[in-house]
Amino acid sequence: MSLGPHAAFIITAYAAAAFIIGALIAWVVLDHRAQRRKLANLDARGVTRRSDRATPASS
Amino acid sequence: MKTRNHRLHAETRSSKKLPMAVTELANPSRFLAVVQPILPWLAAAAALMLAFGISQAFAAPDDYQQGATVKMMFLHVPSAWLGMFCWALMSVAALGTLVWRHPLADVAGKAAAPIGAAFTLLCLITGVLWGRPMWGTYWVWDARLTSVLILFLLYLGVIALWRTVEDPSRAARAAAILTLVGAVNLPIIKFSVDWWNTLHQPASVFRLAGPAIHLAILTPLILMAIAFMLLFVALHLGAMRNEILRRRVRTLQLMQAERAAE
Repeated sequence: MSLGPHAAFIITAYAAAAFIIGALIAWVVLDHRAQRRKLANLDARGVTRRSDRATPASS
Repeated sequence: MKTRNHRLHAETRSSKKLPMAVTELANPSRFLAVVQPILPWLAAAAALMLAFGISQAFAAPDDYQQGATVKMMFLHVPSAWLGMFCWALMSVAALGTLVWRHPLADVAGKAAAPIGAAFTLLCLITGVLWGRPMWGTYWVWDARLTSVLILFLLYLGVIALWRTVEDPSRAARAAAILTLVGAVNLPIIKFSVDWWNTLHQPASVFRLAGPAIHLAILTPLILMAIAFMLLFVALHLGAMRNEILRRRVRTLQLMQAERAAE
C-alpha cells in the first residue's frame, strides 16, 4: 500500500491520534488506580462512609 | 375489556417504572454498580471497532482529487463530530446542574471536558496536517477553523474553572454557565461554511441532498465514527466513575480533618 507523496502527513496524523487516544486511556486508568488507592488508605485508617460501615452488619 | 384494562395497567406500570429507573441510575452508588460491569465490555467493543475501522480506512481507495491524504479524513471528521457532540452533552449536563442541581450532572460535565478537549485538539491537528498538502497552508483564519479553535479554548476554560474553584458546587455552577454560553458556538461551527466564504469545504455527509461522498469512502468514515463514539462513551463513563470516587475521597478526607480537629 502506497501513501503517495504526502505519506509523512498521513503517518503524523495517525501517530497524533494514537498519542492523544493513548493519553486519554492512560489518564482514565491511572486516575482510577489513584482514587482506589486513596480510598483503601482511608479505609485502612478507619475512615469510612456511614453506608459502607452499615453494609457488613446488614449482610 | 379485560385485556384492554390489563394492557393499560401494564403501560401505566412501565411509564411509572421508567422515571424510577432514571432516578435510580442518577444515584452515584447505583451508577457505579451499573457502570463497573459494563465498562470492560464497552472498552473491548471500542477497541475491536477501532481496529476494524482503521483496517477499512487503509483498505479504502484513494480520492480522485485528494489521493491518499483522504485517509486523514477518517480521523479528522469523527473527532470534529465528537468535539461538538461532547460540548452538546456538557450543555445538557449544565442544565442538570443549574436547573435540577443534580450532583451526577456536575460529574458528567466535569468528566466530559478533558475528553472533548482532546478530540477537538485531534481535529485541529489532523486538519492542520491535511490542510498543508491540500490548501498549501497549515492554517488560515477562516470561520470554520477559527470557530473550532474557539471551541478548544472554551474547553480549556471549563477545565481551568474546575481546577481553580476549590468548592465543587461553586465550580460546577461557574462551569455550567460557561458551557451554556459556549453552546452558542456549536451552530456557528456547523453553519460557518454556509454563512461565510471559507477555505474549508461545505458539509459533505449531513446534507439535505444526501452524502456527497462515494460509498467506498463513506463506509469506513461511518465505521470510524461509530468506533470513536464507543471510545468516547467508554472514556466518559470511566472518567465519571473516577470523579465519583474522587468526591468520596474528598468527603472522607474532610471527615478525617474534622475528627482530628475535635
